[in-house]
Amino acid sequence: MKITLNGAPHELSGPTVQDALAEIGLAEARVATALNGVFLPADQRALTPLGDGDALEVVAPMQGG
Amino acid sequence: MPQFYGTTIDSALMLGTAQYPSPAVMAQAFQASGAGIATVSLRREGGGGQDFFRLIQGLGIPLLPNTAGCHSVREAVTTAQMARELFGTPWIKLEVIRDDDTLCPDVVALIDAARILSQDGFQVFPYCTEDLSVCGRLLEAGCEVLMPWGAPIGSGRGLNNAYGLRSLRAHFPQVPLVVDAGIGLPSHAAQAMELGYDAVLLNTAVARAGDPVAMARAMALAIEAGRLAHAAQPIEARDMAAPSTPMLGMAVLA
Repeated sequence: MKITLNGAPHELSGPTVQDALAEIGLAEARVATALNGVFLPADQRALTPLGDGDALEVVAPMQGG
Repeated sequence: MPQFYGTTIDSALMLGTAQYPSPAVMAQAFQASGAGIATVSLRREGGGGQDFFRLIQGLGIPLLPNTAGCHSVREAVTTAQMARELFGTPWIKLEVIRDDDTLCPDVVALIDAARILSQDGFQVFPYCTEDLSVCGRLLEAGCEVLMPWGAPIGSGRGLNNAYGLRSLRAHFPQVPLVVDAGIGLPSHAAQAMELGYDAVLLNTAVARAGDPVAMARAMALAIEAGRLAHAAQPIEARDMAAPSTPMLGMAVLA
């Protein structure tokens, strides 16, 4: 399926958000996710399907002031 | 020492983690400063996020994630929700920006976001202006800490409105108050503490200094000096001189 991952077009097989994270090597990483602009808690990732046109944001800890 | 939402902090210096020349220098600056809180953020994972998390965990101090860069209530609330999960803390430094030149807070959106987050169990540290009415509304929205700016973020201008900050301190004597942003020099940080503020949050002044580690130490000393000075009850300034040496008993030699 074609989704937008962190603002860029991406081809992933899915079917869930957790599968998508595994596909990009972040299954075990400390990240937080939002699907189509809405926070998606970690325990919901494996239950949440991805579809064509979805926008997935994956964020990680970063420097800040 | 300051207490925020029931947690006592070891130092009145809250230090940011951005813009250091290297991770090693950042870690040394934190060690030199004895900072009580580290501010952090979250961004799209492009590599490096996992290493950074291990580094900040190694600091051994509470983390305060921010919503830097957010311009709307929705953005800020969603970012806060992701931050709570990512960093495992209900603390959130709430930033909702109105103007990109000054990074001036959008105080209306800030109050709305603070209310939503407080009702959702967050412990909100709002980056705000020193306006009394705005700060009153933030307290009504559930904030138990206020973080008025000294000057625009990264400007190093110091306390642009010392009168306003003093007035805020007088109006809310029991509320933990932090000057956040605009600090450029240790003297600025000392001034904030002399006004009776509970803590100072700064980043750029240390991270972008020629010697960040030395500046971190200087800031820590200044904050401690300002804290002690406020507790020592400074004298009132006056317009005319007042001799400090007694006049009584002075020899007549003219």
